[in-house]
Amino acid sequence: MKTEKIKTDVLIIGGGTAGCYAALTLAEQTEEIHVLICEKANIKRSGCLAAGVNALNAYITKSHVPQDYADYALKDADGIAREDLLVTMSERLNAVTAKLENLGFVILKDENGNYVSRGWRNLKINGENIKPILADAVSALSNTTILNRVNIIDFAVQDNHIIGAYGIGIENDTFYVIEANAVIIATGGAAGSYKPNNPGFSRHKMWYPPFNTGAGYAMGIRAGAEMTTFEMRFIALRCKDTISPTGTLAQGVGAKQINSFGEVYEQKYGLTTSERVYGTVNENLEGRGPCYLRTEGITPEQDESLKKAYLNMSPSQTLKWLESGKNPSEQNVEIEGTEPYIIGGHTASGYWIDTHRATTIQGLFAAGDVAGGCPQKYVTGALAEGEIAAESAGKFIQNHASEPIPTEEIASHQKEVLKFLTQKAGQFTTEQLEEAMQTIMDSYAGGIKTNYRFNSKQLAIADAKIQQLMQLSDTLHADDFQELMYIYELRERLTVCRSVIAHLNARHETRWHSFAENLDYPEKDDINWKKYVNSRLENGEIKIILRDVIYGGAPYEHHN
Amino acid sequence: MSITIDKNKCIGCGKCHEVCPGTLIKFDSDKKAFIKYPKDCWGCTSCIKECPVYAIRFYLGADIGGMGSFLHTEKKGDILRWIIEKPDGSISEIRINTKESNQY
Ligand SMILES: Cc1cc2nc3c(=O)[nH]c(=O)nc-3n(C[C@H](O)[C@H](O)[C@H](O)COP(=O)(O)OP(=O)(O)OC[C@H]3O[C@@H](n4cnc5c(N)ncnc54)[C@H](O)[C@@H]3O)c2cc1C
Ligand code: SF4
Ligand code: SF4
Repeated sequence: MKTEKIKTDVLIIGGGTAGCYAALTLAEQTEEIHVLICEKANIKRSGCLAAGVNALNAYITKSHVPQDYADYALKDADGIAREDLLVTMSERLNAVTAKLENLGFVILKDENGNYVSRGWRNLKINGENIKPILADAVSALSNTTILNRVNIIDFAVQDNHIIGAYGIGIENDTFYVIEANAVIIATGGAAGSYKPNNPGFSRHKMWYPPFNTGAGYAMGIRAGAEMTTFEMRFIALRCKDTISPTGTLAQGVGAKQINSFGEVYEQKYGLTTSERVYGTVNENLEGRGPCYLRTEGITPEQDESLKKAYLNMSPSQTLKWLESGKNPSEQNVEIEGTEPYIIGGHTASGYWIDTHRATTIQGLFAAGDVAGGCPQKYVTGALAEGEIAAESAGKFIQNHASEPIPTEEIASHQKEVLKFLTQKAGQFTTEQLEEAMQTIMDSYAGGIKTNYRFNSKQLAIADAKIQQLMQLSDTLHADDFQELMYIYELRERLTVCRSVIAHLNARHETRWHSFAENLDYPEKDDINWKKYVNSRLENGEIKIILRDVIYGGAPYEHHN
Repeated sequence: MSITIDKNKCIGCGKCHEVCPGTLIKFDSDKKAFIKYPKDCWGCTSCIKECPVYAIRFYLGADIGGMGSFLHTEKKGDILRWIIEKPDGSISEIRINTKESNQY
């Protein structure tokens, strides 16, 4: 194992949507700042955007204002979101869109040159090559170094100041020590903690990228950062089997959710994201499944447009239509809820940040799906947050230089890595423990198996079992650096699971059906629970911190 | 859900390996690409779009309703051709102009 030590001004962890945009922003501010991006894959096709996206889901169309978007997101989250974050994000949505277009991204325009929208906040695009476009722009920056296939495994933090991070080069057997004056965490959300819809051969055919394993959350939790709203899990309503997005069908061709009797059921339950999932679960439970999006009867032109739209973001659905020999106009599309994911870009889980996207750890800024409090971010919101975090990090380093990482800290991380590479294989493999974790979360922490429902007794079992797995994970052996990454991914997921369990247990109400369906407290309680459930790891224990919800959008600063 | 790589076509250029978001593609001793972790494929088709000799195709696993068809892409200028081969040998194709937006 080689060891490489690097020093940089700003370290960006995760070269995805938010991370790439943060790099572009920093380079625009000044070429004198050195920026290092560490990306576990290759920025050309990494993270959520790898396959492409279908529409820009967050845009302020004519006759609307940013506050409208903030109001919409607040309503969808039933009041538990941060208005300051939503407004500051919404204010930038249109500018980042314009920049994306300047980079060569295709957005549909009418004959007068105006963008064509889908509903009041979506733009029609060709989103297949969004990631290569961003990556090309970042690769051209002279002040930015990109380290692809470097997986960051931990922060280096001293006295609540971030001073760098540790990484493993998964294809060059290198242990990286990176010293930085500021760090932007942009590792996306967490998939793979719960048993997926199709746990066999197609276990990774999930909606959220299986390679976004919650590393950023886990590193923050371990370092004692305050985190928020992990109990608001995201469960997506997706096309059965291919787990492809359904928005294109619902918004594109106006397909309604129907049960097996052909009854439109969506009005019965409400139209928020969680209610759409809940309705589908309930129709099945009451014997009216399976549920579908009603596409029968659409035109052949619509069939063709849908097939193309899916090829541009989720090609398996088009393959499914072609294999079955039946177009959507001839056969309704069956839908199901996915396993729960933790994603701060759709729901509000993640770092507790101030308005400038500073976390509670000095010098650490968060953007995109890893950042909490700001749901419905989508692509453009992640770009906007990348921009804000970069501006804040740029300001921060003007009068701040980090201390070097103490050698004993480096040695202890090196030792851990070497332990996994050299110790004799224990009884279990990483894959087996991952499966065990998914089964535990599925059974006892509100997975698909229990129709997303849970009670405190089940959560206590989940917590105990997850902690046992964490201990067992100490015995794992890695043959190479890729397997080493798998061990760290498992441990990240276990860390996130523990926090999710603690948060689910802490909110004594059911505010969001399915997302957090607490059978001990099946009702919503606006009097006592208009609160953020936050947490911080203190001496190995998760301490829950309840904070009152703040409306009005006034800037928020950290204080105890 | 996974991909297959045709060893006879592969010229070992490394492009598929470069882009895979899961680092799943490796090389054997003949410098031919293979997918080391087929069950870990996300089905993003990034590798397929990169391959200059169209050696990579993807398919749906039987557990999610796959019936033996394969999909791959070939790019000509702005046109991305999505080519579907069915088990009966029939081939169909959908062409997408990458400079044109989705209708939905
Ligand atoms: C399949 C899918 C379709 C979507 N479709 C749309 C759409 O049509 N319209 C829309 O507006 N939004 C869409 N979204 C949402 C949107 O794409 C995301 O919310 C947004 O891209 C998230 O950006 P991010 O930067 O937080 O995460 P990502 O872009 O995923 O970036 C995270 C990056 O961090 C890297 N990383 C993770 N862990 C580590 C580590 N330990 N070390 C180093 N690097 C690491 C990852 O490889 C990745 O590159 C979609 C999301 C998905 C998953
Ligand atoms: S389809 Fe995507 S995840 Fe699967 S091997 Fe190719 S690049 Fe990797
Ligand atoms: S891109 Fe195609 S030719 Fe190049 S290594 Fe991969 S399979 Fe072989």
